[in-house]
Amino acid sequence: MLLSEIQTGHVVQIVSIAGQSSFRRRLMELGLVPGTRVELVRVAPLGDPVELLVRGASLSIRKAEAGVIEVVQAAAAPAENAVPKSVALAPDLGV
Amino acid sequence: MATITTDGVATPQPSGPQARAATSTTPLVLLVGNPNTGKTTLFNRLTGQNARIGNYPGVTVERRSGSSRLDGNRLVEVVDLPGTYSLSARSAEEQIALWAVLGQGQYRAPDLCVFVADASQLSRNLYLALQLAELGLPLVIALNMIDEAGANPPNPEAIERLLGVPCVTVSARRGSGMSALLGTLERALADKPTPRLKVAYPPALLADADRLAAALPAPLRDTPERARAMALWALTSIEEDDELTEIDPELRRATLELRRTSARDLDQEVIAARYAYIDEHLPELYKRLDRHPRKRRLSERADRVLLHPVWGFTLFMLVMLVVFQSLFSWSDPAISLIEDAFAWLRSGITAQLPAGIFRDFLTQGILSGLGNVLVFLPQILLLFFFIGLLEDSGYMARVAYLMDRIMKALGLHGRAFVPMLSGFACAVPAILATRTMERQRDRLLTMLVIPLMTCSARLPVYTLIIAALFPPSRVFGFVPVQGLLMVGMYGFATVMTLLSAGVLGRTVVKGRRIPLILELPPYRLPSLRGTLKMMWERATVFLKEAGTMILACTVALWVLLSFPRAPAPVTTTTAPVAAANADHPAPVARVESPIAQSYGGKLGHAIEPALRPLGFDWKIGVGLIGAFAAREVFVATLGLVYGIDASDDDASPLRDRLRAETRPDGKPAYTPLMGLSLLIFFAVSCQCMSTLAAVKRETKSYKWPAFMFAYMTGLAYLLSFTVFQVGRLLGF
Repeated sequence: MLLSEIQTGHVVQIVSIAGQSSFRRRLMELGLVPGTRVELVRVAPLGDPVELLVRGASLSIRKAEAGVIEVVQAAAAPAENAVPKSVALAPDLGV
Repeated sequence: MATITTDGVATPQPSGPQARAATSTTPLVLLVGNPNTGKTTLFNRLTGQNARIGNYPGVTVERRSGSSRLDGNRLVEVVDLPGTYSLSARSAEEQIALWAVLGQGQYRAPDLCVFVADASQLSRNLYLALQLAELGLPLVIALNMIDEAGANPPNPEAIERLLGVPCVTVSARRGSGMSALLGTLERALADKPTPRLKVAYPPALLADADRLAAALPAPLRDTPERARAMALWALTSIEEDDELTEIDPELRRATLELRRTSARDLDQEVIAARYAYIDEHLPELYKRLDRHPRKRRLSERADRVLLHPVWGFTLFMLVMLVVFQSLFSWSDPAISLIEDAFAWLRSGITAQLPAGIFRDFLTQGILSGLGNVLVFLPQILLLFFFIGLLEDSGYMARVAYLMDRIMKALGLHGRAFVPMLSGFACAVPAILATRTMERQRDRLLTMLVIPLMTCSARLPVYTLIIAALFPPSRVFGFVPVQGLLMVGMYGFATVMTLLSAGVLGRTVVKGRRIPLILELPPYRLPSLRGTLKMMWERATVFLKEAGTMILACTVALWVLLSFPRAPAPVTTTTAPVAAANADHPAPVARVESPIAQSYGGKLGHAIEPALRPLGFDWKIGVGLIGAFAAREVFVATLGLVYGIDASDDDASPLRDRLRAETRPDGKPAYTPLMGLSLLIFFAVSCQCMSTLAAVKRETKSYKWPAFMFAYMTGLAYLLSFTVFQVGRLLGF
């Protein structure tokens, strides 16, 4: 599914990012690499952009661009205060 | 003019108290880091009063540098690099970071880089730190905002072990940890600690990088590590349509060739490998792993209200109302004070000196010019006071977030909202405020359309024209025509702004639109100290750079409108330029006013054929020339043409005179149609030298102010022409 399709408050994991190469590069550099957990925090009052929580930082992108990011339902969140050793792909450390 | 270091960096300023000491042999320390990590606060702590603003060569990005004394009294030059998330670049602006840390192009190679990290956002911050480390540069980590990192802060010793370079915890805002940092910098300048780390890139990628490294110019591959890091930089930066400068053609060719022929996702391989390294080692840097630090949780709770569809917008409107109201009316007492002070000075000098060219030059040229410059200060200071608070608190990013939907429709960045709003008060502070946007394209486009907003200087002109030429009748029995026109002018200007932004953004202003990526930083208590410093910086830059131009233009306009001097006996009249700020003595009414005989008056006559199709006569033409000093001067200039005292406070004698003006055939010279044409001309044309001076300062070129003048005045001419001619055909 696409990041633009998920509900507010849901946590997903990045699968891949399509789109303009400088944009996808910048998103990946901000930590949205495959496997990273992303929470859709809220949608702006006028319907765009959307706010994401990635690696403990809040990032906003527009819906059109969220529509080129392929995501999957996130694996169960690693327990608080625990070092996640066994989570597949990159663990979201939220710090 | 402030000295702009065109030869790169370490050029000492030839004058001023800051000039002491910093020379090309002074060790150079660069502050590198993500945006919102308190880099500039740390810079201010390090340099104190010894900071100056220059410009990076070739781009309109300000370069902040200053000197600092380390322990043992050693002097270093500190440069605050623009905040960036990564060294990879696609524009000349983004390229500054890499070129500066490497000492490429016109930059002097640094002796030490200080990586400033936000202790509560280490995961993302470490990405840039890895890039610096891979280049093998002498590096020190300043773990800033350690006071906000909560109960589980990162462990600096663990960071030292990971990256192999010193790490100091500081709080630049509170000033804690500064002496430890100074001591570390002192030692690091001697030891040159170079990081050692190994990111596990896929073997195929490394093979590509090593092949590409052969195409690097020699200085970029002095060590195998740096060669590999630079090859990875090229792979993630150079593209067919990038806007990088000074890239070696062979490197460009080889990179594009590799990107084209490779079936693999090179960007992702590079970036994912770095984040895999960070994710692998991040647990070592903490005692335990909190999912979200405390600060983020607090910000999130605040955002539930501040970004709420109803409460958030209500609060947003209130905040913007305060900003606007302060520019529009709260700045008035200070502006009046400055005007009164200059009027007092002018009358004082007039009383002391004998009449003559010198006295007039002093009072009407120089003093008026200084007044024309200083009169902007209250609004500039107020606007940057609010911008400082909004930026510092993290709310400015929320403004962009809330308004992005609307601004996007114009092709503008969400951050353009505050400058555009300020444009309703005055274009000059609004243009200075465009620097809150990172990209040159966004800044330029916003600057080009800001002067179309209905600024307060247009109001006296609108009032005069509407009152003089339109009947005080009502439409539908209750809507006053004059009020309707005033509202209509605001609506018309807004539509013109939107249209121009749309057209210019697709044609003249180059640069691809880049999708919005907006970080919403955690809320922080704004620092008054930092805000005051920014207000001071912006004000001095304006006075020095735009101020000189405004002063020169004022003098030029004075010459234009005062020479050749009318034969005696002429009573003292105040030149129109001076009248912008003055309660001037009432000149005695006379048939042929001196201004009519001036060069400006002759110019008015000369351009009359061009103005006729718009419905204007030469007198209006002279008014337009005078209005170049500032739009409201139109009223005073026209008053001088008619030999009537007309200040923008009370223009009633002039209003009556305009109504009574007749053509040779006895018909009224000025009709409502001509009034409409004139209103439209004033709404669109670029009648403001100060706006042009501000654009010149912000774009560092004459090209953009020239373009702005041409497009606005051309558009104004076209629209007024159309309105007047169509109106006449329709029989008005």
